[in-house]
Amino acid sequence: MRRLLTLLLCCIPLCGIAADVELQQADIAPDDIAAQQRGFKAFQMHCASCHSTHFQRYQRVADDLALSEAELEQYMFTGAKVNDLIESAMSEEEAARWFGMAPPDLTLVSRVRGDDWVYTFLMSFYQDDKRRFGVNNLLLPYTAMPHVLQHEQGLATANYVEKNGKTVVASLNPPQHGSMTEAEYAAMVKDITAYLSYAADPVQAKREAIGWWVMGYLALFFLLAWWLKKEYWKDVH
Amino acid sequence: MKGLVRWLDDRIPMTATYKRHIGQYPAPKNFNIWYLFGSLAILVLFNQLLTGVWLTMSYVPTTDGAFASIEYLMRDVEYGWLLRYMHSTGASAFFVVIYLHMFRGLLYGSYQKPRELLWIFGMLIFVVVMAEAFMGYLLPWGQMSYWGAQVIISLFGAIPVIGDDLTLWIRGDYVVSGATLNRFFALHVIALPLIMVVLIFLHLIALHEVGSNNPDGVEIKKHKDEDGWPLDGIPFHPYYTVKDLVGIAGFLMVFCFFVFFMPEGGGLLLESPNFEAANPMKTPEHISPVWYFTPFYAMLRAVPDKLGGIVVMGMSIALLFVLPWLDRCKVKSVRYRSLGHRINLAQFAISFVALGVLGLLPETTILKWCARVFTVGYFGFFIALWCYSKREPTKPVPERVTFK
Amino acid sequence: MSSSADLGRRRILAITTIAVGGAGIATATLPFIKSWNPSVKAQAAAVPVEVNISKLDEGQLIKVMWRGKPIWVVKRSAATLAVLGAHDDKLRDPQSEEPQQPKYAKNPWRSIRPEIFVAVGICTHLGCSPTYQPDNFSDHVDGVTSGFFCPCHGSGFDMAGRVFQGVPAPLNLVVPPHHYLDDGRLVIGTERESS
Repeated sequence: MRRLLTLLLCCIPLCGIAADVELQQADIAPDDIAAQQRGFKAFQMHCASCHSTHFQRYQRVADDLALSEAELEQYMFTGAKVNDLIESAMSEEEAARWFGMAPPDLTLVSRVRGDDWVYTFLMSFYQDDKRRFGVNNLLLPYTAMPHVLQHEQGLATANYVEKNGKTVVASLNPPQHGSMTEAEYAAMVKDITAYLSYAADPVQAKREAIGWWVMGYLALFFLLAWWLKKEYWKDVH
Repeated sequence: MKGLVRWLDDRIPMTATYKRHIGQYPAPKNFNIWYLFGSLAILVLFNQLLTGVWLTMSYVPTTDGAFASIEYLMRDVEYGWLLRYMHSTGASAFFVVIYLHMFRGLLYGSYQKPRELLWIFGMLIFVVVMAEAFMGYLLPWGQMSYWGAQVIISLFGAIPVIGDDLTLWIRGDYVVSGATLNRFFALHVIALPLIMVVLIFLHLIALHEVGSNNPDGVEIKKHKDEDGWPLDGIPFHPYYTVKDLVGIAGFLMVFCFFVFFMPEGGGLLLESPNFEAANPMKTPEHISPVWYFTPFYAMLRAVPDKLGGIVVMGMSIALLFVLPWLDRCKVKSVRYRSLGHRINLAQFAISFVALGVLGLLPETTILKWCARVFTVGYFGFFIALWCYSKREPTKPVPERVTFK
Repeated sequence: MSSSADLGRRRILAITTIAVGGAGIATATLPFIKSWNPSVKAQAAAVPVEVNISKLDEGQLIKVMWRGKPIWVVKRSAATLAVLGAHDDKLRDPQSEEPQQPKYAKNPWRSIRPEIFVAVGICTHLGCSPTYQPDNFSDHVDGVTSGFFCPCHGSGFDMAGRVFQGVPAPLNLVVPPHHYLDDGRLVIGTERESS
């Protein structure tokens, strides 16, 4: 058993998929409800018109993130009711016409790709005039998504180098002309990441709280059973 | 109460069965921790059946509804997340327990005469559990579910002549589709569990007919007292019920740790691409089967030929079935067998685990050669065993069991 | 077996272990039991519904769905209301003593506004939905022109949803909580205070 567990634990770092771009650390605190709440508001303002998070309901988000009903209603744009699933404002056909593909649902994105990926993705837009919306993304090249937060972040330009006969991006310059400072923008992206991390696994806090009780109970039961076994096995030994 | 018991005993052999199989079943008194995993397997089976029935209550077996119904279960149904994580963690726990249980059999020669049929029933259970796990894995209809099923079903295409028709027949469509999902659902929730329960029943009946082996590999039935009770036997209840209780508590602590704190198990219990709904237009960047299939998957990849790979994979299981006849040694327990056998068994275990790790990793040239080496190790175990076991220099086996 | 065994201690230990284990198993059944409660999705579908009644004609019945059940909204004419009290002797519970309606509907017409009758259209016998018979209810009860008749087992209710004697249904039809936002808008599912 011990050998197997060690083995399992050894494998974990190996399972990650090596990406070409190094991921930036999002450093999410799973219990920072304030950050998740700010992230929810930012997500609803900037992302929700195209991206649904339709495995979760408004009311549940409000309950978990300590949003009042009045606050919640400010961030519901689709005429939905509080118990409805969070759909995007845009229909899939409309979206496909605009972007060439329907923007994916983002409820589980942080569980599929990881918090760091989400964070890095939103930090990795740069100017590329060959693309339809004039931007490209280092982490997800040729993404169909425009840089929705360009107003806030500004736009970074890329430094290119020749590598094996191909032009590739070597680095990004600091973004220019954003309404936010770099630190403010990073903080907002971190909040959005915190919210998406919550959305992907909303039960985490409750699960772990119950988990401690269960572990405590099992420890007690283990001791009792151990004692009982010792008592009975006096006959054999 | 006594009257009721007598009334029942006149009609079904209730007390007699209890006495024969639990209350007065003579178990060797020198069982060590390796003998815990059989009981644990039954516990995990029970967990799978119970949580499985409850999952079925929320699950929608259609391509449109399956993925969303799992998220519905995890978010909208009270404690649905717990039921789901118990089932998904239980699947892996089942294999952990079964692999250890099987290795116990290898250590102490539990497959040898007169326990060949017992071993074969066990192997059949293993095969059915693998089928059960494979079909269950399709049901969440995530990316890994879909592409995993696609790859594994395509394996059958390598069979000469009938291959292509066979894959088509298994899927019931030109790709993995709603038809496949529906039949896998039916097999996963009804057919295979029924077969499994019957096989486990036979496994236990066979065990209790020949009696349990033990770490010394001596037959406790050889030495009996005047009442016919084996001198080295103790009744299963209360001695092994209380002992197993300790093991169950310990097991549950590990199990619950994963359920409550690491339900994804770092990507081993639930793979992250499976949190994305199946998309027949896009394969995930790196696909690998769940960890419990990877030893066999690594062997498949190690062979540079489609049919050859499948033959190797099939042989790796088939050889286990005939193990009782490959091992021609009269001594059962590894304790009294030769150093050569110990080394052979150790390299077999290492090869199996190493193949498991390799199967999880993306393939590179070096790793492919590693997988080939360990595949040779895996098969070498059986070949070497057959060669040396007949004239193996063994240590003297004690008449009675010992405590170590 | 061994005489050194302390049977008393063994017994106490065994009982304690069984009790603690039993408590654990009992607790472990809770998730299984609780998962049968209405899910958030079911609760979401059970929210109050708003009905526009401004276009309702006299004698007309409309059905709306609330919590998956048919809710009737009927506009009763002055003539219907006038004869409501005429057959009290044929009813099981003419004064609505049984708690089948909110307090504000415990009156002779079992509603807030006399002309608008709101009721759950489910027979109190075994759950079929009765049929509205505005003109020919007298086939079932002599002298009563309109009412509700349940096709399953023949129970009859008058225009205030009160059950007649001699039929299998034991109780009057249920009046759900409801209130009016204004003249033409009715809300089913909540009372004024909690809305």
